[in-house]
Amino acid sequence: MDFLFVETIWLSIKLAVLTTAFLLVISVPISYFLVYSKIRFKSILHALISMPLVLPPSVLGFYLLIAFSPTNWLGEMMARYFNLHLAFSFAGILIGSIIYNLPFMVNALYNGLVSLPNSLRQASYTLGKSAMTTLFKVLLPNIKSAILTGICLTFAHTLGEFGIILMIGGNIQGQTRVASIAVYDEVQALNFEAANRYALFLFGLSFIILVMVHSINKNNSTWKNF
Amino acid sequence: MEELLIDMHVTKKIHTSNGTEILDVELKISKYQLVTLFGKSGAGKTTVLKIIAGLLSVDSGYIKVGDDVWLDSTQKINLRPQKRNIGFVFQDYALFPNMTVKENLLYAYPHQEKNYVSELLDIFHLKGLCERRPNQLSGGQQQRLAVARALARKPKILLLDEPLSALDYDTRKILQDEIILAHKNFNATTILVSHDINEVVKLSDYMYIMHDGKIVKNGTPQQCGMVGLL
Repeated sequence: MDFLFVETIWLSIKLAVLTTAFLLVISVPISYFLVYSKIRFKSILHALISMPLVLPPSVLGFYLLIAFSPTNWLGEMMARYFNLHLAFSFAGILIGSIIYNLPFMVNALYNGLVSLPNSLRQASYTLGKSAMTTLFKVLLPNIKSAILTGICLTFAHTLGEFGIILMIGGNIQGQTRVASIAVYDEVQALNFEAANRYALFLFGLSFIILVMVHSINKNNSTWKNF
Repeated sequence: MEELLIDMHVTKKIHTSNGTEILDVELKISKYQLVTLFGKSGAGKTTVLKIIAGLLSVDSGYIKVGDDVWLDSTQKINLRPQKRNIGFVFQDYALFPNMTVKENLLYAYPHQEKNYVSELLDIFHLKGLCERRPNQLSGGQQQRLAVARALARKPKILLLDEPLSALDYDTRKILQDEIILAHKNFNATTILVSHDINEVVKLSDYMYIMHDGKIVKNGTPQQCGMVGLL
């Protein structure tokens, strides 16, 4: 197996793992807020988070590329204070990937929390437990299947990202050239055999992950099935 | 005169099947009494219980428990549920599905002396079931666990929201006796929500009859004419 192939696959997996890990951490408070906060207009926030589901990836990629540009305040600030050049770099496609996949993780956790009876949270409060203890000891352990679904979907969806990565990251070997970009690039070069190797890898891995999602959901269709 | 424990008067807009009503409830409950809130569903009984627990807000009013003020809308005092010394048994029991029987009790009060948890398991006949999960228990066992968990912190006030409504007649009778026993053993002033006349007469020292968010009658079950209805 040649080095370029392995490096590209490794980059794809690294991007998917990091995106999923970051999203898991930030989606817990976001979905908790969306479910339990009493402020008005939270549906606007929910809609904003869900925008990547309907927006063409190239649109989001375009705006992020502009924002990441060193001539823009965000790109300039990141370069000056963190020495981080986001356009056409791994850090850039990671941030784009996190924004683009936000609805997959948030909506999975949101649906899990909404399905729990309110009395579980209230019972924990009447037993003297804080909101934080309730979240980690009662709410999250009872939406395990929703969390696993969110992880699998985010991971699989990141592997398949194309438009946004091409816009922000381009096609730089070892930095932004992930498997989905490599398929396109090899086809452009009429290198069908190499394209097929990447395509088969993506097809196989995505399929396995979706089988996992469906078996998790089948075994844990509701929170009661413990 | 028995010592007064709960003195409250609250108002809150509630949405019922007849449209918006004003819940306006005044309760004076003596220490160690077992008091029932009786009425049809939608009368606001559960709402009152949740207001006492701090799980629902009010539009105006106060709740005094002994010398403590739990709620006073004029002084903007509203203690969080965690700060109110209560035990709450929910209608659906709200047992934590991810924990075993024993873990449910330990979660309620982890610092309690170990013997106390095993005492609770004994009193509520849960000893042989302590490694089981709630979904492996019968309805009656789930109810016992819910009461045991609510009592684990030795609360001043025990609030029971129709805890027996989902059970069959025989189980109800047995558990009614256990509620009386628990009430006496743990010295908790108890407020029970019920719409079952038998249960009210058997269990309560005093009762409040609610209709459309208001108290329409109060007294002992006898004074309220309940005994004659049996």
